[in-house]
Amino acid sequence: MKSLEELAKIRERMQNKVVLREGQANIRVAVGMATCGIAAGARPVLNTLVEEVAKRNLNDKVTVTQTGCIGMCRFEPIVEVFEGDKERVTYIKVTPEKAKEIVEKHLVGGNPIAEYTIGAAEN
Amino acid sequence: MIRSHVLICGGTGCTSGGSQAIGEKLQREIDRLGLTDEIKIVRTGCFGLCANGPVMIVYPEGTFYSHVKVEDVTDIAEEHLLKGRVVERLVYKEAEGLKLEDVPALGETNFYKTQLRVALRNCGVIDPENIEEYIAMDGYQALGKVLTEMTPQEVIDVMKKSGLRGRGGAGFPTGTKWQFAAANTADQKYVVCNADEGDPGAFMDRSVLEGDPHAVLEAMAIAGYAIGASKGYIYVRAEYPIAVHRLEVAIGQAREYGLLGEDIFGTGFNFDIDVRLGAGAFVCGEETALLTSIEGNRGEPRNKPPFPANKGLFAKPTIINNVETLANIPQIILKGADWFASMGTEDSRGTKVFALGGAINNTGLVEIPLGTTLRHIIYDIGGGIPNGRKFKAVQTGGPSGGCIPASLLDTPIDYGNLTRIGAMMGSGGMIVTDDSTCMVDFARFFLDFTVDESCGKCTPCRIGTRRLLELLNKITEGNGTLEDLDKLEELCKYIKANSLCALGQTAPNPVLSTLKYFRDEYEAHVVEKRCPAGVCKNLMRYYIQPDVCRGCTACARKCPVGAISGKVKEPHVIDTTKCIKCGACIETCKFNAIVKK
Ligand SMILES: Cc1cc2nc3c(=O)[nH]c(=O)nc-3n(C[C@H](O)[C@H](O)[C@H](O)COP(=O)(O)O)c2cc1C
Ligand code: SF4
Ligand code: SF4
Ligand code: FES
Ligand code: FES
Repeated sequence: MKSLEELAKIRERMQNKVVLREGQANIRVAVGMATCGIAAGARPVLNTLVEEVAKRNLNDKVTVTQTGCIGMCRFEPIVEVFEGDKERVTYIKVTPEKAKEIVEKHLVGGNPIAEYTIGAAEN
Repeated sequence: MIRSHVLICGGTGCTSGGSQAIGEKLQREIDRLGLTDEIKIVRTGCFGLCANGPVMIVYPEGTFYSHVKVEDVTDIAEEHLLKGRVVERLVYKEAEGLKLEDVPALGETNFYKTQLRVALRNCGVIDPENIEEYIAMDGYQALGKVLTEMTPQEVIDVMKKSGLRGRGGAGFPTGTKWQFAAANTADQKYVVCNADEGDPGAFMDRSVLEGDPHAVLEAMAIAGYAIGASKGYIYVRAEYPIAVHRLEVAIGQAREYGLLGEDIFGTGFNFDIDVRLGAGAFVCGEETALLTSIEGNRGEPRNKPPFPANKGLFAKPTIINNVETLANIPQIILKGADWFASMGTEDSRGTKVFALGGAINNTGLVEIPLGTTLRHIIYDIGGGIPNGRKFKAVQTGGPSGGCIPASLLDTPIDYGNLTRIGAMMGSGGMIVTDDSTCMVDFARFFLDFTVDESCGKCTPCRIGTRRLLELLNKITEGNGTLEDLDKLEELCKYIKANSLCALGQTAPNPVLSTLKYFRDEYEAHVVEKRCPAGVCKNLMRYYIQPDVCRGCTACARKCPVGAISGKVKEPHVIDTTKCIKCGACIETCKFNAIVKK
């Protein structure tokens, strides 16, 4: 190690990886991954969310986790976003493309995408 | 892309519980389920909850599984890792019955929530065999800072201001020790890490070495810079194979990354470290004996002065610090002396790691701010006494320390307070006893240890501790007299005053403290020839409870010495002068009428 910059580089590269272990960040994105979810294609959605969040260096703000059956199997894949005290946002029939959009508009931009939510489907 | 880390404890406790095989099987399951690119297994050091091992934690959810067995691995993989469903039956009991969303973070459980992890901050969090994970946790930043921004004297000043005292037992102020060594000029100086940890029941230092070895290496390099040394030794007992292995891996990686060796950070500072294995003699933890042992001689203490800071290893100025002392140092440098001094008490700053053992629910490793009460550690963090038994005493400081009775449980723990009540901080062993323990026998256990471990160099310790043990044996065998209690006390004082090293000087502490707080138990042994806890075999009496006895005569016929008499269908009695305590009657009685007391 010839300089502090070298150390800083390793630190930065690694921090993104170990941040997973700090537990839940302020925003938690949960993907329903029970059998129904997996059958409906939840796995690529989960992987897309993980990748997009990492790509945008959001790991210290956003935790992507999986959860069991949410109880609305016909709407799978379901993605729920929990943020502090705010009301949860439930996205249904999510695809990898929609997932990318959710990251960009909702998680980065702060604007939930109403048309993908369960509210839109029920109305 | 990795979305989840599964941290499996690779500490000694969990490893002996099979965590290695669990990790290997989990990796196979992950591969089988096609999750290889999504889930990463990390083997860490001790989480602290060893009584619940093998343990693992799944991030980012932070689900904590305890008592995991190889048979459980498939469920964890298929249910949790694949489908996101927590395997409820394995969740740590404090969080039992909760849904995934509601499981408290590990840090919120009673065991962890009032702990403050400074020395243990990376234990159970990072992979100790991967230097980059340590770097991610700000590792080697402190070394970089001292080498590029601070003078050696500034480093020493920070240490002094922090108030850090040695965690190896004596509690000597670390900054002051460094100052002494720095003040000497010599062509060579040494930094030695004391990782001998011979205190029975203690595993604080082992856990730091297993869970965060780089913190110790970094601190030694900082110490080297502060006092002007380029060479360090870690003296660790060979009985700690995992710790030794991780140290060697860590030293290898640190050299490879140029964090040990020559011209570190391009500043011209050189420092390297070697490991020396000890054979596991308690006395070799004593600093002068340890240095003698590194020099290749028989590990015997020598007189102080000269102190090692003036004339230590190979007669050169040397500082010797304990593992836990060192583990605090990188963070003191990064976060500042004031941060460290803000924790703890006036007398004792910072935190202390304790190894909780004995009659306590959560045996394991805890780190608390100094000044916390014993009651809080034992009841809130430790979860209290198991099997509905009653707390009796807690021994701190191992064979050099003393016992503390229930009436002093609200004492805030710091160096001064513990010494004042006749115990001592020691290295951090904390052995809890319940009402089934005989305090005379308890003192005898520690004396037995010190008699074995006395190096024999000086007479007060070699012969004195043996005489102490003989007196204790006499008492537990029912042959003691009241004068023996006075003799015990007198001999204790003599040994304390005249032994060469602290092994002998502290060996009488368990006797003195039990005599002080449990004198009534000693008196019961010598006057009434009775062991109140029912432990000392020679003092046990067999007794037939008249209200339970049916008068079946079975025991009387079985007793080999004819000690039992009584009429048919009437309660029988045992003649204790004839009874040889063989126990045959107890086994014979179908009605459980016979008891020992
Ligand atoms: C019999 C005996 C055993 C000791 N064992 C240890 C030990 O295992 N580890 C340790 O760090 N200090 C041990 N010490 C204390 C050391 O002599 C020394 O005080 C300590 O290593 C200094 O480091 P510190 O100032 O960082 O605590 C022992 C002392 C005695 C008398
Ligand atoms: S006090 Fe005991 S251990 Fe220490 S030098 Fe004397 S005999 Fe050896
Ligand atoms: S065996 Fe039990 S019940 Fe029978 S006489 Fe002896 S003590 Fe009494
Ligand atoms: S060894 Fe695993 S928790 Fe202590
Ligand atoms: S052996 Fe008796 S004084 Fe040394």
